[in-house]
Amino acid sequence: MLIINNMRYYLPRQEKYWYVLAISFGLSVVWLLVVRLLLWALFKNETVYLAMVNVSSTVRYAVAFLMLGCMTTLCLLWYTQKEQKEMDARKTEAENLAKEAELFKLRQQLQPHFLFNSLNSISALVTSQPEQARKMVHQLSDFLRGTLKKEEHQVVNLDEELQYLELYLEIEKVRFGHRLSTQIDCEEICKLLKLPPLLLQPVVENAIKFGLYDTTEDVTISIDAKKINNDLVITVTNPFDPETSSPKQGVGFGLSSVQRRLYLLFARNDLLQTKAENNLFITTVKIPQV
Amino acid sequence: MKTLIIDDEPLARSVVKEYLKDFPQIELMQECSDGFEGVKAIQQHQPDIIFLDIQMPKINGFEMLELIEKPPLVIFTTAFDEYAIKAFENHAVDYLLKPFSKERFDKAIAKFLDQNNTATSKNNTQTLLEAVPSSPVQNNRIVVKTAGKIKIIPVEEIHYLEASDDYVKIHTKEGNFLKNKTMGYFEQTLNPDQFVRTHRSYIVNVQLITRIEPYEKEGYLVILKTGAQVPVSKNGYAKLKQVLGM
Repeated sequence: MLIINNMRYYLPRQEKYWYVLAISFGLSVVWLLVVRLLLWALFKNETVYLAMVNVSSTVRYAVAFLMLGCMTTLCLLWYTQKEQKEMDARKTEAENLAKEAELFKLRQQLQPHFLFNSLNSISALVTSQPEQARKMVHQLSDFLRGTLKKEEHQVVNLDEELQYLELYLEIEKVRFGHRLSTQIDCEEICKLLKLPPLLLQPVVENAIKFGLYDTTEDVTISIDAKKINNDLVITVTNPFDPETSSPKQGVGFGLSSVQRRLYLLFARNDLLQTKAENNLFITTVKIPQV
Repeated sequence: MKTLIIDDEPLARSVVKEYLKDFPQIELMQECSDGFEGVKAIQQHQPDIIFLDIQMPKINGFEMLELIEKPPLVIFTTAFDEYAIKAFENHAVDYLLKPFSKERFDKAIAKFLDQNNTATSKNNTQTLLEAVPSSPVQNNRIVVKTAGKIKIIPVEEIHYLEASDDYVKIHTKEGNFLKNKTMGYFEQTLNPDQFVRTHRSYIVNVQLITRIEPYEKEGYLVILKTGAQVPVSKNGYAKLKQVLGM
């Protein structure tokens, strides 16, 4: 029992098989002493029997050691295999989800409002401001190319991801004119920190959806990146209208997919946090640096 | 003839404005960047035709139209809304999918001028509104006008609905509001697990029910947390039992 419990909570790494030996050795000694004391107490008067016990202790020690050793090895194998299975399952699920997120992303961008409305803006600019129209065609192309390219990479640098988000925000700025302003603050040391690709996109989209699509005033959306301990901490802030949208409803679909992805990658549920403060909606994403 | 453009994107409005230059008989009175401005401008200018976007901040195009007693003829301009397109195919003057060409726009105007000449009744838009339950995503709220102000009621805040002549009276903790829709409309669009039509003239939010008491013969009364009493018919009682799992 002791061994099984021990193995459940502490699984020795490959190089540490001496641990198996040590634990078997130690337990055998303990076992021997316990038996000896017990027998001494039970058979105080039978000196012959006790002498025999004394003589046979080496043999009994060997037997106990072998048995315990076998048990420990078996447990070790069993739990190692179990852990391996769990890890595999999590990995495949993480990969699937990343793929799904990408597909969802593509569908969303290639299909409805964003793309068509952007094209409509270009159509408007063509006659009045042809230079601006051309610029927007380039921005839109770069943005779409970005979504296609990311498939190959497991992690990207923060500055790459931010450039990409900026592209998206620039396009929205053309659509909504002066109404949207953005503020991106990124500490120099954060620029090369790693994060999963397209992880921030749904967070920023969510900020745009509630901050820009659902309000009529001028809005500022800010993105702030810091390094705290060993985590990359990104904060996205957007205003919202408490009358038409209630953030109480929990994290929306876009954000819950981010949360799920973070869980599958880091096995933690506390990496995405949201709060509402004076008509500001604040989303914080923590990305542990491995 | 007078017109308005209602769209939250300035560039989208400028396309329509540009295309309209070829039709000097149609005078652009005002451009509006959201539904609230739209309601005001329609009342002020009484336009013959409006160009209306559907996805807009705070209240969408359909919700805006619901607030106007005699809505003008409408040409929808929208990026992508499969559901809405299907629904208003038969009712709106026309709908333009962004980005649209000048030719397509001219066609829509021709259609409007045609309808306007033959004076096909203006209640077309009214018919359209009855056919379109706002849009499936927006059923979690109801927009009403009260004392000249626009109020957005999240459905969770509805206590119960009561038929009142041609209107439906919406009872909430902030008081009662009238909406020019039918009981049938609400029965269809509200979540049937949360709202039950207990009576020909009543729909109740089941989450607020504290108890049900017999009342007169074959009838019942539902008592809400707020103390309000809502009649339940024999049919209504059967429906209620099903939803509450009694």
